[in-house]
Amino acid sequence: MTLFIEQCMNGLQFGLLLFMLAAGLTLVFGIMDLVNLAHGSLYMIGAYFAATFAAWTGSFVLGALLALVATLLVGMAVEVIAMRRLYGRDHLDHVLATFGLILFFDELVRLIWGAGGMSLPLPSWLNSPVRILPGVDYSAYKLSIIVVSLAVAAFLYVLVMRTRIGMLIRAGASNREMIGALGVNIKLLFTLVFGLGAALAGLAGLMQAPILTVQIGMGENILILAFVITVIGGIGSIRGAFIAAILVGLIDTLGRAYFTDLLRLFFAKETAATAAPALSSMLIYLLMATVLVIRPEGLFPASSK
Amino acid sequence: MTRALDLRTVVGIALLVALILLPIYVEATGSRFLLTLFTRIVILAIAAVSLNLILGYGGMMSFGHAAYLGIGGYAVGILSFEGVSSGFVQWPVALVVSALFALVIGALSLRTRGVYFIMITLAFAQMTYYIVAGLARYGGDDGLTLQKRSQFVAPVNLSNKIQFYYICLALLCASLYLVWRIVNSRFGLAVQGARSNDTRMRAIGFPTYRYKLICFVIAGTLCGLAGALIANHTDFVSPAMMYWTRSGDLIIMVVLGGMGSLFGPLFGTVALLVLEEALSGITEYWQIILGPLLLLIVLFARGGIDGLLGKVRHG
Amino acid sequence: MADLLRVENLAKRFGGIIATDDLTLDIVDGELHAIIGPNGAGKTTLIAQLSGQYWPDSGRIYFAGNDITAVPMYARSALGLARTFQITSLFLDLSVLDNVALAVQAHAGHSFHFWRDARREPELRDPARAALARVGLEGRASLPASALSHGEHRQLELAMALASRPRMLLLDEPMAGLGPEESTRMVAMLRELKKELTILLVEHDMEAVFALADRITVLVYGRVIASGTPDDIRNNAQVRDAYLGEQEASRG
Repeated sequence: MTLFIEQCMNGLQFGLLLFMLAAGLTLVFGIMDLVNLAHGSLYMIGAYFAATFAAWTGSFVLGALLALVATLLVGMAVEVIAMRRLYGRDHLDHVLATFGLILFFDELVRLIWGAGGMSLPLPSWLNSPVRILPGVDYSAYKLSIIVVSLAVAAFLYVLVMRTRIGMLIRAGASNREMIGALGVNIKLLFTLVFGLGAALAGLAGLMQAPILTVQIGMGENILILAFVITVIGGIGSIRGAFIAAILVGLIDTLGRAYFTDLLRLFFAKETAATAAPALSSMLIYLLMATVLVIRPEGLFPASSK
Repeated sequence: MTRALDLRTVVGIALLVALILLPIYVEATGSRFLLTLFTRIVILAIAAVSLNLILGYGGMMSFGHAAYLGIGGYAVGILSFEGVSSGFVQWPVALVVSALFALVIGALSLRTRGVYFIMITLAFAQMTYYIVAGLARYGGDDGLTLQKRSQFVAPVNLSNKIQFYYICLALLCASLYLVWRIVNSRFGLAVQGARSNDTRMRAIGFPTYRYKLICFVIAGTLCGLAGALIANHTDFVSPAMMYWTRSGDLIIMVVLGGMGSLFGPLFGTVALLVLEEALSGITEYWQIILGPLLLLIVLFARGGIDGLLGKVRHG
Repeated sequence: MADLLRVENLAKRFGGIIATDDLTLDIVDGELHAIIGPNGAGKTTLIAQLSGQYWPDSGRIYFAGNDITAVPMYARSALGLARTFQITSLFLDLSVLDNVALAVQAHAGHSFHFWRDARREPELRDPARAALARVGLEGRASLPASALSHGEHRQLELAMALASRPRMLLLDEPMAGLGPEESTRMVAMLRELKKELTILLVEHDMEAVFALADRITVLVYGRVIASGTPDDIRNNAQVRDAYLGEQEASRG
């Protein structure tokens, strides 16, 4: 039972991490109609920056804050230099151009940091278990990921629902031409939104760094999940991304943990053991396929179409 | 609209002739690595030709095409592992399995459009990647080595590098000819019409879904053939063959060469792989150049190499 | 005379907007029936539902006595119902002849031919050239469709609709954006076509409408507010206030 609670917490934590990644993606997609494959690269850069700055300053938190700022700046630079020219173009153009950016960033990181990857050690004050329920201990760091992610989710909620910028974001997601007509400085809005997305991606990257990985190509691995979440949740919808991300996080974590056991109820032990890892990875894609068949616009589409 | 002998066709045919004459050059200069490189180029060109059919002519932006390379390759690899090394069994199986996968994936994916289509093809490719990576018996993540290449009857011997090269080149020429006939046939025009304006096609009376699906299956099957060839070329198959970024590489080849043109995929594959080879001699960080290059092509030279050659003629 | 097209209680909403509101309409075989109304009246939505591009929320559509409400778009053309688009919808990257030949190909047997060069098939190319000649575009046949002027695009739209040898044409503002000379030519052509086809014409050009129509139906906010002969409509006070009055006023 404790194992089950722990797995649920893991699923929640993974889901929230994915939410931060997917939120940026769906924002950019919803408002600028931009398919950004290089979003995973910003995630990777966040992790690398954090590992570097933490090593320089000796402090995890300071390193994280610097990394966040650095990723935000990189994001805005990318928007101004490259993304601007892609708005309004075919999605195929976006896919090709941002794929080129992935190649560029992967090589740039390899050039600067080398091919070996890096490590970001857990801060010592978070490196101990916390009793969350009687008899159930959970990693303090993972708990802090959950707390930070929920805080970010709350911040995004306030931003999108209660501020003027948020209103522009929501309006833009459902009708792009209108916000131009309102006389808003579109260029600045887009740069800020893209920067926000980059910062979120970077935050996700740096938070997972101590427990998962800091290496080249980590962006490509997780990008698919972020896209799946965006599609399931509905393009342009942060609420959709939140729910879809938690769903995906739970299904993926619990699936991997218990699928073998589930299969063993029906099949022989070896079959279950061989099939389980492959099938549990597929669960999320099956979910996406199902959603696309039943509700092609996603669960909470932002667009009024 | 274009007559037979414009610059693009001339260069395309010249390139094929050069490829035919390559082994002579290799024998004369002893640069064996060129043969290996160009065998790989020829095989990937077949894959690019198949992708061009659905992407260039059909307008279907599939980000999961590399899956068929893997499926064709693993068909050969798995059969070889299980003791069936006859090419007469392996290759038809590779084609049939690729066709079946394309049928299922296409049937589901073609119900979506635009970015959703991109995402769902990508997702299906990843699914096949995970299925194959999970097959511990066949090496899982580490991949599977082929003990011997596909066996046919003497004098055909795929282990003979020059013979293998010519077989691949012959198959490339056959693929180009096949695609040429298909795109100019009634079926091909229907597919091109669907790319150009799907709503109008349905308004005038074409059930576009079935034409796109059949086109998708043809492309998947042809790519499966390329997969079987690659397995023989490298004597090795691994899930990495179908990772989604490999699909991106194939798309680059098609776009670089010129989408929707006959020789485009050949131009693109040759250009990309030769560039890769040349640049990696200069710096191991050559992809830093390739990345922005792709961006520039998208922004300024959307028609690729074929488009540029076309412009030369009309000024 | 029998009804060729009968629409019963058709209704369609998009979210909060009612595009088609309990619409009932009869088109008699052989007539040219015009649909007029202010912008936003739902005229194009009506055509879209008749051609199968949109599914109505409720109501029925009968063509030649058969209920075609659930027939998919690609199958309606085979029944003899052809449509043109208000916003030019062509195969811009193909040649003018290719455009029309595709319309012919749709009904010239199946398209599962993978080998024979379709551009050399006389059974596709000849009827296509004939349709182009009909609308006066035969000299432009080998140009890419994108090279044509707007007026020629409207002509090409018509040629494609004719190429499928329909019984009835659904024309969505064929005169949109045409200059005075081109308009006169289009009206003359429609007058010719009237003799052999049934036509449902959506138009804003009132001169053309009153010159060509046997009957006129007026649509406002998706509802029929009047239907009858051109004289009936001209003298209908409601229609004058709602629509024609504005037209007269704008002509000053």
